[in-house]
Amino acid sequence: MSDPLLEVRGLRTWFETPKGTVKAVDGVDLTLERGEILGLVGESGSGKSITGFSLLGLVDPPGRVVEGDIRFLGEDLRSASPRRLRDLRGNRIAMIFQDPMMTLNPVLRIGTQMIETVRAHAKVSKAEARAMARDALGQVGIPHPDERIDAYPHEFSGGMRQRVAIAIALLHKPDLIIADEPTTALDVTIQSQILSEVQSLTREMGMGLIWISHDLGVVGQLANKVAVMYAGRIVERGTVDEVLDAPRHPYTRGLIDSLPMENDRGQPLRQIPGNAPPPLGRPEGCPFRPRCARATDTCLSEPLETEAQGRGWRCFNPLEEEAMA
Amino acid sequence: MTVFILRRVLQAILVLLVTSVVVFLGVYAIGDPLEILLPADASMAERAQVAASLNLDDPLPLQYWTFVTSALQGDFGRSFVYNRPALDVIFERLPATLELVTTSLILSLILGIPLGLVAGVKPGSVTDESIMTGSILGFSLPNFWQGMMLIMIFAVWLGWLPSTGRGQTGEVLGIRTSYATWDGFIHLLLPATNLALAQIALVIRLTRTGVQETMPLDFVKYARARGISERRILFVHVLKTILIPIVTVLGIEFGSLIAFAVVTETIFAWPGVGKLIIDSINMLDRPIVVAYILVIVAMFIVINLVVDVLYSLLDPRIRSRA
Repeated sequence: MSDPLLEVRGLRTWFETPKGTVKAVDGVDLTLERGEILGLVGESGSGKSITGFSLLGLVDPPGRVVEGDIRFLGEDLRSASPRRLRDLRGNRIAMIFQDPMMTLNPVLRIGTQMIETVRAHAKVSKAEARAMARDALGQVGIPHPDERIDAYPHEFSGGMRQRVAIAIALLHKPDLIIADEPTTALDVTIQSQILSEVQSLTREMGMGLIWISHDLGVVGQLANKVAVMYAGRIVERGTVDEVLDAPRHPYTRGLIDSLPMENDRGQPLRQIPGNAPPPLGRPEGCPFRPRCARATDTCLSEPLETEAQGRGWRCFNPLEEEAMA
Repeated sequence: MTVFILRRVLQAILVLLVTSVVVFLGVYAIGDPLEILLPADASMAERAQVAASLNLDDPLPLQYWTFVTSALQGDFGRSFVYNRPALDVIFERLPATLELVTTSLILSLILGIPLGLVAGVKPGSVTDESIMTGSILGFSLPNFWQGMMLIMIFAVWLGWLPSTGRGQTGEVLGIRTSYATWDGFIHLLLPATNLALAQIALVIRLTRTGVQETMPLDFVKYARARGISERRILFVHVLKTILIPIVTVLGIEFGSLIAFAVVTETIFAWPGVGKLIIDSINMLDRPIVVAYILVIVAMFIVINLVVDVLYSLLDPRIRSRA
């Protein structure tokens, strides 16, 4: 057990636009072992989705991974050939997107899209591929997979479509799944069904899972580890218990406080003042500074990560350890 | 589906009726066919006799009524000039035009779609710029000038291809066609290319725009994330999506091509309906003009119906709604 499943160091993905360079991802480190679920949390625009796409080399121009090291089971993905990346995608590393209404091709049958995924990575006949696809649909709890395989994406409900996407991700029993807000478009009951299924599938199959979400509540239910992103960086990381019970970064604290809790029924929801900084024109120093109640003059310079044994934060004035107790 | 077809048929009848009135009035307004049909020194008695034989002495509403009642029985009147049933004259010439139009549509698809795909995949590249420049030429140079240049290059300078006429035709499955003989085929090439040039330019642009609009969509990214090859993404995922607008436009174009093949048919002396209609308008041969326009309108209606059916074949979301 030498190499971790996934190790990312100093990832920077920048977009060159006419107005300037958008540093969507600006120095991200991640580590993931088999069987682990990492929740990557942040607001829209924090760079969490771009981080996911960067891992697979799927950033569209003008975006580009400009720096950093991405190692998958020890293999350097940044210098991997396009051919090698294509072999890995959908095979060893699968991806689930937010809205399968948008990601499944509306004019092709579910079966067609599953079979092409099977045959992109395995030399099997169409009939064998179809059988594999049907079994995968059954595995994620789609009733009558034999008939449903010939249906079109619009003939499925939102929850069923997301199951199809999960079935597609599982086709090649990948080592790593990157799921980008996969339950955001679903209603709460379906969401929790899918969450518990994903959790047990990850455990059974020994996969690693990166769950990208803006919803700290969902991540708290599902993940082992959490990384909180803000303005292209990870501002706090640790196990779910550590981060949710004792956040050290004021931003994480703000996120937790803004979750609706049962015991503040009737109270106005708390929110983090201000807005996330625009991607062009982020403030000097700590990007959270303008919204932070604890900000001081030291925050005008860039905070480095205080890190020990997987627990880390980027803040000059972290909250005390017992802050939430 | 039955309701849908019934509604379409009713619409079609209404459209045909309105067109027939407009065309009838239009041709009546252009001038008196007797002026052209009769020699300048014809006597009043001869004039009255001819007018009576062609029912031209009836008041206009009565003439129209006579036309409609006999048209409903399949008789669209006799050509003043050819003295034969108008429909016979048209249908004799129509296959030549249909052949020309179909060939140029096929040409525009097999050249336009691949070129549009290549241009759309790498926008801004040298290949893209060259293809787009070519398509601007195809659009903006006048059709008749393109035709004359084709004749000059391929018939006069190179001497490879014949420049006029339809050549020899043969029968395939009971249809007379230029494809049956080599002579017919090489006669078809230049006029078909001439007619196709603007269409190729159109298909290139449609395809290119379609590719550019489709490539950034999430399902393309998702296909990449599944490890699908770029070739399959382009030829299956993207092409199937963009065929819908292409089919629509080509359906409309097919109709206009038939109607407006006139220029090409005149340049290449192609014995099609386009040339017939120009001659007939000049001769004020009202039965031919009216019958021709009704045939073309009917064809437009049928083509639109075919396009709608093709739609539902291409887009499953429309199929389930119907």
